[in-house]
Amino acid sequence: MRTAFLSATALAAVGLLLSGCAAPAPAETAAPTEPVADGAFTLYSGRDEALVQPLIDQFEAETGIEVEVRYGNTPELGALLLEEGAATPAQVFLSQDAGALGALSQAGLFATLPQEITDAVPAGFTSTDGSWVGVTGRARVVVYDGERLSADELPDTIDGYVTDEWNGRLAVAPTNASFQSFVTALRVLEGEDAAAEWVTALAGNSPQIFEGNTPILTAVNDGAVEAGLINHYYWFRAASEVGASTMRAQLKYLTAGDAGSIVNVTGAGILAGGADDADALEFVRFLVSEAAQTYFVEQTFEYPLVPGIAAPEGLPALETLLTPGLDLSDLDDLATTQRLLADAGLI
Amino acid sequence: MTIAPTSATPVASRAPDARGPVVARARRPPLVLLLAASVAAAAAAIPLVYLVVRAAEAGLPTVLETLSRGRVLEYAANSLALAAATTVTALVLGTAVAVVLTRVRFPFARGWLLISALPLAVPSYLAGYGWLVLIPSVNGFVPSWLLLTAVTVPYVTLPVAAALRGASGDLEGVARTLGRGPLRAFLVATWPTVRPAAIAGSLLVALYALSDFGLVAMMRYPTLTWGINAAYSASFDRAQAATLALLLVVLALVVVAGERAARRQVPRAAARAVAPRPVGRGMLSALLPVIAVAPLIGVVVPLLGLLLRLLDAATLRAVDVPRVLEAVGATVGVAAAAAVLALVLALPIAALAARYRGRLVTAIESVGYLGHALPGIVVGLSLVFFALAVVPALYQSLAVLVFAYAVLFMPKAIGTVRAGLGDVPPRLVSVARTLGMSPLQAWWRVTVPLALPSLGVGALLVAIATMKELPATLLLRPTGVQTLATELWNRTVVFEFGAAAPYAALLVLIAAVPAMVLSGVRSAAKEEL
Repeated sequence: MRTAFLSATALAAVGLLLSGCAAPAPAETAAPTEPVADGAFTLYSGRDEALVQPLIDQFEAETGIEVEVRYGNTPELGALLLEEGAATPAQVFLSQDAGALGALSQAGLFATLPQEITDAVPAGFTSTDGSWVGVTGRARVVVYDGERLSADELPDTIDGYVTDEWNGRLAVAPTNASFQSFVTALRVLEGEDAAAEWVTALAGNSPQIFEGNTPILTAVNDGAVEAGLINHYYWFRAASEVGASTMRAQLKYLTAGDAGSIVNVTGAGILAGGADDADALEFVRFLVSEAAQTYFVEQTFEYPLVPGIAAPEGLPALETLLTPGLDLSDLDDLATTQRLLADAGLI
Repeated sequence: MTIAPTSATPVASRAPDARGPVVARARRPPLVLLLAASVAAAAAAIPLVYLVVRAAEAGLPTVLETLSRGRVLEYAANSLALAAATTVTALVLGTAVAVVLTRVRFPFARGWLLISALPLAVPSYLAGYGWLVLIPSVNGFVPSWLLLTAVTVPYVTLPVAAALRGASGDLEGVARTLGRGPLRAFLVATWPTVRPAAIAGSLLVALYALSDFGLVAMMRYPTLTWGINAAYSASFDRAQAATLALLLVVLALVVVAGERAARRQVPRAAARAVAPRPVGRGMLSALLPVIAVAPLIGVVVPLLGLLLRLLDAATLRAVDVPRVLEAVGATVGVAAAAAVLALVLALPIAALAARYRGRLVTAIESVGYLGHALPGIVVGLSLVFFALAVVPALYQSLAVLVFAYAVLFMPKAIGTVRAGLGDVPPRLVSVARTLGMSPLQAWWRVTVPLALPSLGVGALLVAIATMKELPATLLLRPTGVQTLATELWNRTVVFEFGAAAPYAALLVLIAAVPAMVLSGVRSAAKEEL
């Protein structure tokens, strides 16, 4: 009898907690309709501090608006924002890839941006529904070991990297968002069958599987792997730390029009709770302004997406790289890509 | 005609005598204790509730589809294989090191014990990173297994060494006189008394191996944590991630159940401890590799790798001293707070498990361990969910962060505290009761002081783990607050090795302090006869 009572009490305690958890508190009501400019806003940045803080400092100096920044990994911040939902303390999200932006947009967490901002960036490099705007572009490239290989002997198209002679020599990060964007582009360009063929060929070619772009670059630079598929931006970050002349890894850009050379975008969006926050709007406007675009070009060698701004020196012009015209933030497409990769045994 | 006992409760199976404390098998636990332990277990169950809610959102067909596709089975098998292999090697090596350090007279014995505890201070991702600098092509199961063993061996070494220091050598001497060799005598006479400590330590090793992501990601050995991370990173599919995490919880339950089966409490006999024996030079140099291998693999080589990377970095940034000091302050502060809170939560569960049996007790204890098998990102997100649902005003405050650490690392305290409380002879408590103290007073004035060393060990283990923690910290910290681990991550993620170096060095140094204190702690105070 006593046991039953005790068990019931214990279960009740757990049950109370359970019900508390299972029914999250109702979110704050919709943002007020009149624009608010209280001189401060909160930014969640999936781009790292060393890169973004100087730009934010520049913004703060120019406008006097105070920015409280939370730095983190784009995927983790994306998951955090999805979890927080409407109760998020953030007004702006700066993302390193379009997948995160697409996930948040699909969950209805973004406010629609004013047309003047979304129009600043050409279609194909920004959202299709105005929920987020592209800020910079990053090209997919092949990074190779400069000591063991030379640019001439490397294939110019992505199909050349899944032949038998590349068995065990190529590094990929199939769980990474930018690789999956590339496979999505491959499906759109070459068709589903050709893409499935390529993925199967890759899976059967003993690829070196890494968890992200940074480990691939590190491995190639240390001579552990001969080549890998990454985004161009990482090489320049590493080069700025250790000196470009000491970098063992080198970059090869594939032929224009080939799926292996697509451009991924970074972007920003205003969260629903910040819809009428004038300071947040000011910041997003700043990101697509000439000042910020030039900053990205000079500091990270990324492509500016706003027309009329010179691309980084030494890089192929943006127009020569692929614009598949597909919405890379389209998650349904992403789910199909993932199913393809899972069936091939890559994820 | 005998009068049947009015109480339906059977009494202890044998009368207390000189053989040692009696473990009461069938007394019912007091209501207060049960409630307190249930609340603590409920706190530990928050991640589980979160996972079930998220997975349920997807519906059963999606859950089944997630579990059957791609490499999920491979991930699960890899997780199990790594956990099993690591546990076995950590158990064998840890016990061997503990025996050598307590039974053999080594020069600088205290120093060696200190060194054997140092791998605790190195985060597993740092260890992996250091090795990758020296051998860039290292990857796969074997390096993951060896590295994980090296950094988790102290979880076995320290409690076993503490137990051995208090263990009696008399029975072993008797076994020797009866003709058994030294190893056999040890196995027969002493091992049963140190076994609970060793098994409890191995449980921590197994759960750590299941939950680790940083090291296996670098070593490119895909386990379930890899799959969970991929689910969050690429698809933002929290239902898929929750499904995989629940699979991990199932594996953890298997491990926890295994530990319960293997754990057999043997009454501790109070007696003289064995003095370390001097041995010849040849023997000493043969035994040295045994003690040195884990610190070498887990501390020396990684730090060497980091140093090499630092030398490569042409741009050594100027160290921002105020910022470093802030990070140090935050790290130490939250670690201390988390240690206290984890102890408070672990205490009722440990007290319950030390003295009582039964299905409810087993369930409560098992739930307490489950949080430890989950990767930090899951616990972090579950607490975001919980905080926003229950205490939104406290969201992104230090309180929730410290609570997250307590939920994550409570298991590190449960095992040692349970062992310490269990070692206190109940008859001392009975004596206190006969002298007029209430149960709570007797517990406070008799049990706790005797178990204090084990409470200290539990708190220190939690503190060290908190200092190294990364993913949950990134999610839950108040915006603008940095710990040494987050600062380190901030910089290594963008190849800024020069700027990262001071943070890495400080992290290891500061975490080494409690590790060294741990190595000097004695086991539960012996009763005076």
